[in-house]
Amino acid sequence: MANMKVEEKRKQKMRISGAFMLIEALKAEKVEVIFGYPGGAVLPIYDKLYDSGIFHVLTRHEQGAIHAAEGYARISGKPGVVIATSGPGATNIVTGLTDAMMDSLPLVVFTGQVASGVIGSDAFQEADVVGITMPITKHSYQVRHVQELPKIIKEAFHIATTGRPGPVLIDIPKDMTTQEGEFDYEQPVRLPGYQPTVYPNHLQIRKLVEAVSQAKRPVILAGAGVLHANASQELQQYAEQQKIPVIHTLLGLGGFPADHPLFLGMAGMHGTYTANMALYECDLLINIGARFDDRVTGNLNCFAPKATVAHIDIDPAEIGKNVPTKIPIVSDAKEALKELILQEGRPADTDEWLAQLAEWKKGFPLVYKNEPGTMKPQKLIEMIYELTDGEAIVTTDVGQHQMWTAQYYKFKQPNRWVTSGGLGTMGFGLPAAIGAQLADRQATVVSIVGDGGFQMTLQELSVIQELKLPIKVVIVNNQSLGMVRQWQQLFYEKRYSHSLIPNQPDFVKLAEAYNIKGLRAKTEAEAVRVLQQAFSLHEPVLLDIHVAADENVYPMVAPGKGLHEMVGVKLCEESLQ
Amino acid sequence: MTVHNRPGVLNRITGLFTKRHYNIESITVGHTETEGISRMTFVVNVEDERTAEQITKQLNKQIDVLKVHDITDQAIVARELALIKVAVNPAARQEIYTLIEPFRAAIVDVGKESLVIQVTGEPEKVEALIDLLKSYGIKEVARTGTTAFTRGSQKAAASYKTAFII
Repeated sequence: MANMKVEEKRKQKMRISGAFMLIEALKAEKVEVIFGYPGGAVLPIYDKLYDSGIFHVLTRHEQGAIHAAEGYARISGKPGVVIATSGPGATNIVTGLTDAMMDSLPLVVFTGQVASGVIGSDAFQEADVVGITMPITKHSYQVRHVQELPKIIKEAFHIATTGRPGPVLIDIPKDMTTQEGEFDYEQPVRLPGYQPTVYPNHLQIRKLVEAVSQAKRPVILAGAGVLHANASQELQQYAEQQKIPVIHTLLGLGGFPADHPLFLGMAGMHGTYTANMALYECDLLINIGARFDDRVTGNLNCFAPKATVAHIDIDPAEIGKNVPTKIPIVSDAKEALKELILQEGRPADTDEWLAQLAEWKKGFPLVYKNEPGTMKPQKLIEMIYELTDGEAIVTTDVGQHQMWTAQYYKFKQPNRWVTSGGLGTMGFGLPAAIGAQLADRQATVVSIVGDGGFQMTLQELSVIQELKLPIKVVIVNNQSLGMVRQWQQLFYEKRYSHSLIPNQPDFVKLAEAYNIKGLRAKTEAEAVRVLQQAFSLHEPVLLDIHVAADENVYPMVAPGKGLHEMVGVKLCEESLQ
Repeated sequence: MTVHNRPGVLNRITGLFTKRHYNIESITVGHTETEGISRMTFVVNVEDERTAEQITKQLNKQIDVLKVHDITDQAIVARELALIKVAVNPAARQEIYTLIEPFRAAIVDVGKESLVIQVTGEPEKVEALIDLLKSYGIKEVARTGTTAFTRGSQKAAASYKTAFII
């Protein structure tokens, strides 16, 4: 035992190369998987990776690597780790960094850089990556001395995963990976400028308890902060204890069970009538871990006009940013909810309010017109929901298919839903599914994508095939960029400028070229058959499902309108278009 | 505002102002009494308190930022230095000497056809002197921007409200 300690000490003091330090640091952080792509500037790192025993997924594009890392982080709660080379390797991850920044996903991203001596000389594959990524990372580093590397990596993991999570980038000049230094990973992280507030202020909690006891029409708007804090149970307990109904943001879905009587659905541009009207009529709005995104609030001038606003968020900058807030609570969602549950306060008398909401729920459910002979995209999502018992991990891109999935896949559990919310990134769903499946090998993973977005990152089918990941990729094929087409129909006099793409590859043959089973359906009956077949197979399957091309997402809050000005709430309203 | 004096820190801060669409009137940066820590003073024109609060919060989120103070409504000592090059003929020189005296400004360079005047003080004072000198023909002006401290005693709070200083 004593010998081992001495051995350990000796190892710590050993002089090793920067590349080796990186590998040792990743082991110390218990990193299970790296998503990456090699290149000139990271050759020394990849050489050490070769026999390190760390699992590395070679995606076919750096964008695929970072989206996969995002999917992994979303499902596992652990940081996603990415390695990309300098120059184009690094610039290819810019979209993913921004996406992770917007949706608060913890990532630690290593980029290669040209050697220190030639930085600034426009060397081959040189790009000012720290400069480029400053506004789209939570923090970033460029290594100047090999000795700093362990400290930087340790800080990066700490910053990425604590407070409001986010991506941290470490730019490593090539010579920093070959030079040697002492490896000491035991030093504590010391960041005086970074001390996130985790526990709520007691006084503010009391204020909220008081506000709840006086409220007649309270509502909770729960965002992804609840998921990051692992606070789903507490949210349910609190809502039930106080009899307060719950609305989710797009990213929050699954934090509260969709089949719960207190659940009102998703809010915002394509939210449910009940959720949006509840936000309009409420007298107390308790925001837990949501950032009042414009797609949630609609026109701010008529957002929650009758409400006292309370906002629980771990990021103080989000409180009061978009909506004036009476009761600010800077805290981790779980800690705040635990505190709220413990408080003795008279619960709100919400019976009348709940009766009103129940009436709306019954009178204005999500609707679509099912027409025989065509495959309605909404129906397709319902079929996937039923086949997977509502328990699958579902990933999407952005657009119509994303909204239909959010509306019709009724998530019962947290951390089953992986979507690009804030940035709205096409091509996100497929690589994200790879990361999600690697984070949970047992889960059924369905990647629901549009025919547009799929073609942006489809090269990652190769990874799915290579790793034999039994992901079901469902292309909701309307031969158009559906949401763009919808906006052009509604707001640009049906001038479909470059949004219709009937010229597309044979997706089934494409799947087969990747050695993946491909199935196609053009009617509902065919879809039932191919979906059943796909979900009975424990292997990757690509499904090309042709859906009604002119279907729109409803209800809808038009841009610039208030949440109460939704259109398409009832079927007959569609004729108003 | 105090920050870790690390590579790129100024870039981070100014980038943040650009990203959030805040307009910087002036910046001053320099070392503090503690090694590795710099002080930055910003003058920013904002529409309302809420924007000022947002700027403060966003700055605080930066890992390298140690402390941010909005000192707009406090009693402060604010100073700026300006160098003003004025075109003069020998006849006008004496006049200028007299003119700048109440400003406690100094002539720091004398040429055949120009003078360089150095003035230190609150921005309004610098502004006033520049205004007076305009009639002689100003060739160039270089201003450092405002740097500031809060006063030791806050009781004598002056109303300096033209801009938010952080």
